[in-house]
Amino acid sequence: MSDEVEMQYELAQSRSKTFYANFDRKDELQHQTHYCPGCGHGIIHKMVARAIDELGIQNRTILISPVGCSVFAYYYFDVGNVQAAHGRAPAVGTAVKRSRPGSIVVSYQGDGDLSAIGSAEILHAANRGENISVIFVNNAIYSMTGGQVAPTTLLGQWSTTTPGGRKAENEGYPLHVSELLGALEAPVYIERAGLGDNKQIAQAYRAVRKALENQVRGLGFSLVEILSPCPTIWKMSAVDAQHWVRDVMEKTFPLGVIRDRTKEAQPRKMPEAAVSTSEIPQLLGIEHEGPAESHAAPFVRPKTTNLQVRVAGFGGQGVLLLGEVLAEAGLDAGLEVSWLPSYGPEMRSGTSNCHVRLSDEAIDSPLVVRPDVLVAMNEPSLHKFYESVRPGGWVLYNGDAMPEGCDRSDLQVLARPFMQIANQLGDRRAGNMVMLGALLECTGALSQETIDKALGRMVKNAKWLELDKRALAQGRELLRESLKEVCHEG
Amino acid sequence: MSRQLIKGNEAIVKAAVLAGCRGFYGYPITPASEITEAAAAYLPRVGGTFLQAESEVAAINMLYGAASAGVRVMTASSGPGISLMQEGISYMAGAELPCVVADITRAGPGLGNITSEQSDYHQVVKGGGHGNYRTLVLAPHSVQEMADLTALAFELADRYRNPVVLMTDGFIGQMMEPVEFPQAAVGPRLPKWAVAGTEETRGNLISSIYLNSDELEAHVRQLEAKYEIARQRETRAEELYMEDADVVLVGYGIVARILKAVAAEARAEGLRVGVLRPITLFPFPTLHFKKAAKRAKVFIVVEMSNGQLLEDVRLALNGARPVEFLSRVGGNVPSHEEVLAFVQAQARCCAESEQVAHV
Amino acid sequence: MADTGKRDRGSLRIDTDECKGCGLCVEACPPKVIHLSDELNHYGYPTATYVGAGCTGCGICFLACPEPGAITVLRLAHAGSSAAKAEMSEGVGR
Ligand SMILES: Cc1ncc(C[n+]2csc(CCOP(=O)(O)OP(=O)(O)O)c2C)c(N)n1
Ligand code: SF4
Ligand code: SF4
Ligand code: SF4
Repeated sequence: MSDEVEMQYELAQSRSKTFYANFDRKDELQHQTHYCPGCGHGIIHKMVARAIDELGIQNRTILISPVGCSVFAYYYFDVGNVQAAHGRAPAVGTAVKRSRPGSIVVSYQGDGDLSAIGSAEILHAANRGENISVIFVNNAIYSMTGGQVAPTTLLGQWSTTTPGGRKAENEGYPLHVSELLGALEAPVYIERAGLGDNKQIAQAYRAVRKALENQVRGLGFSLVEILSPCPTIWKMSAVDAQHWVRDVMEKTFPLGVIRDRTKEAQPRKMPEAAVSTSEIPQLLGIEHEGPAESHAAPFVRPKTTNLQVRVAGFGGQGVLLLGEVLAEAGLDAGLEVSWLPSYGPEMRSGTSNCHVRLSDEAIDSPLVVRPDVLVAMNEPSLHKFYESVRPGGWVLYNGDAMPEGCDRSDLQVLARPFMQIANQLGDRRAGNMVMLGALLECTGALSQETIDKALGRMVKNAKWLELDKRALAQGRELLRESLKEVCHEG
Repeated sequence: MSRQLIKGNEAIVKAAVLAGCRGFYGYPITPASEITEAAAAYLPRVGGTFLQAESEVAAINMLYGAASAGVRVMTASSGPGISLMQEGISYMAGAELPCVVADITRAGPGLGNITSEQSDYHQVVKGGGHGNYRTLVLAPHSVQEMADLTALAFELADRYRNPVVLMTDGFIGQMMEPVEFPQAAVGPRLPKWAVAGTEETRGNLISSIYLNSDELEAHVRQLEAKYEIARQRETRAEELYMEDADVVLVGYGIVARILKAVAAEARAEGLRVGVLRPITLFPFPTLHFKKAAKRAKVFIVVEMSNGQLLEDVRLALNGARPVEFLSRVGGNVPSHEEVLAFVQAQARCCAESEQVAHV
Repeated sequence: MADTGKRDRGSLRIDTDECKGCGLCVEACPPKVIHLSDELNHYGYPTATYVGAGCTGCGICFLACPEPGAITVLRLAHAGSSAAKAEMSEGVGR
């Protein structure tokens, strides 16, 4: 053919520019794929590359290569490439897309990769409606590892691990992934195509292109399953394998559109612009209000503080909150503080306790082993921690009187029905604050202003704040009265 | 508000956001769930991504994706979930992707229970996944450190292009202490190697595959070289009363807090007791131990696992000094009293052997 | 090929170095103008060959072929179409 003649022809179909001119990442034979002659992967690669060309998205595309014969897809595609673990491409793709919403993410996966080990990842990516395009190459077998059964293997089909052919009793039935995913709300487009003959091939290309285009339009999750020949493992010639797709495979996996919401689907909103870094401390609620340490000073600091408190009771009695108010107020007073909740199965069984420490020195252990004050909101809690209280320490017990057996002479005790007292004040749930009032009174640990300030920060409801303050005052009063009684008796 | 009272688990998230973290993918598990919950609250606020994944397997692979795209990203879990993440951690180390994983440990094996143990040491510090890789491991023992070491973890992850694990126990995760956060936030960055869906990054590839044996060997050697640099530069430990210590207490996490209290009490009794607390578990502070061995007579390892930290201490000391061992497991915490009694017995032992030597 | 005056609508180029001899293009071509030659390329594969005439430019052989660069399909340009020539020199496929 002379040049002159050639000049009258234009290129109609030629090597896609989305493929590297030379496959440098391959060790050898850098102008060919690593696929066997007649392998469907090569055909599907060309479809993906051509769709990328046509949509003009080469720079934006990020291809996730799977594990399987197409593990080296990144050898060929001149796009951003990420190679993923077996079956995890949809999870990887999810985060790539969410991290770079302007990118076009293609998750390319085999049937072992997608329908077996990665069945959870594909199901949930589809169910979330991730705006990615999945190319699902179904060759009904694990090819790369030499031909073991896949969830998609046909009944009766030979594989190295079903030497007598796949039997429903043992391996179950061929998994219809596309139909399964088609039952979900979120996916916008799912189609099963094939490479069984020219007509199928032409349709497969249209489906691949549509799956990518949907993503460009921001519509959401698209998946194209493509029945694809594996002449090597199927032990067939390339042409026979192609016919087998058309004549046999298609009977189990009928071709066609399984779900298509592209007409109704609305383009997804692009995420809002990121906030500026200078706004972040404020958004996290950690910005300094005015000069540092400014509010530690106004409060009188006790000469030395080293207070260890254990609070215990049933869940719902406000055990943790009592401790928290104490710790918050300690912090306001410029002290070192720690608050450690019990957590674990106890939480479920209803009991709850916490360790609180306030000190003017750094706190070594936040565990309170020998409390100065035990706040026991019920009898089991009292018994549990009674013996641990430091000699000379205080026990505040929510009960009419100390139960039998609790008669240490080296302790000071205030036993009152705190919850009932709170009930008379307005709500029994303020019982923890009555007990806190008594605790503050017996230790003299913190000024009332400090407590008020912390409480004001933590209790937003005005009605409750007022009740809590009355409860605290009542608690202080109860303790003072009890000291008078002791004096009288003495 | 210069210092705020905050739970360890929540402090991690605030510190992470300040350190430029813009992606969190996680799966709930006690005692780490508050991290995931706090991330759900804060990340969207700063334009970041939060997603509760379908499993820890998916979560860590989402980290793989986000890190590939050049975003600072983290997750959080505990024993059973960390086991599931090992696949992804190995891939990320192999592909040289930075990420931060918080492991708020609980008791095992199997479902064990949700109270505190330190038995993730082997799987985290020695690398629970396949292949020749390490993760850098930081072990906070206070809520302030939860914040500070989270920031450091993101730094190190980027510097070494490697996963960094922040490992502590449920106590430190659950407790509240005052924290001072940095007031300046780190902005997003786009590393040169990332795959971001742009023309400039189009040629990039994230992969852990090295088909050729020589190339894989070279890759593994290069990873080792990074770890060696980390050994020289990043090793951290806290020394308390170590100048004249005869008895050295060794522990991390909540145990270290108990050891500090015990040491103070033993000092009050006139015993020369010090605390050596590894802050980096990998790289292990071997030099600190060698230095301490010059003077100290005995080391006592206290851990809430069955001799996992103990192995590293023995390796570090290499027989230079005897190493005694106190362990509680199952969610039991070594009590103040039992540690003190153990220390007193060892100190007496030391004193007696000294007398014998003088006779 | 001699210029017979009535040109084929299409024409084909095959890069034998990239061909793996699978025969899918032979199977795909509606007018059957591709055949497998007995000649092996230097990797030992028999290669596809265009018989030289009769191509309609339908392009299906290109899509059916698994190798990225083995087949190039050409189509007769409208006489004097400068756009067609420009495209060709840029190597942009449609
Ligand atoms: C965790 C894990 N398990 C097993 C393997 C081994 N493996 C590699 S490829 C493969 C099967 C791939 O089959 P499929 O997805 O159908 O792809 P094909 O090779 O057929 O294209 C398996 C099991 C692996 N790489 N990782
Ligand atoms: S084994 Fe099968 S799937 Fe794998 S490259 Fe060969 S033909 Fe393709
Ligand atoms: S389809 Fe491609 S590889 Fe196969 S024989 Fe034809 S040109 Fe060669
Ligand atoms: S373009 Fe069509 S007619 Fe021409 S060789 Fe290819 S398949 Fe045959």
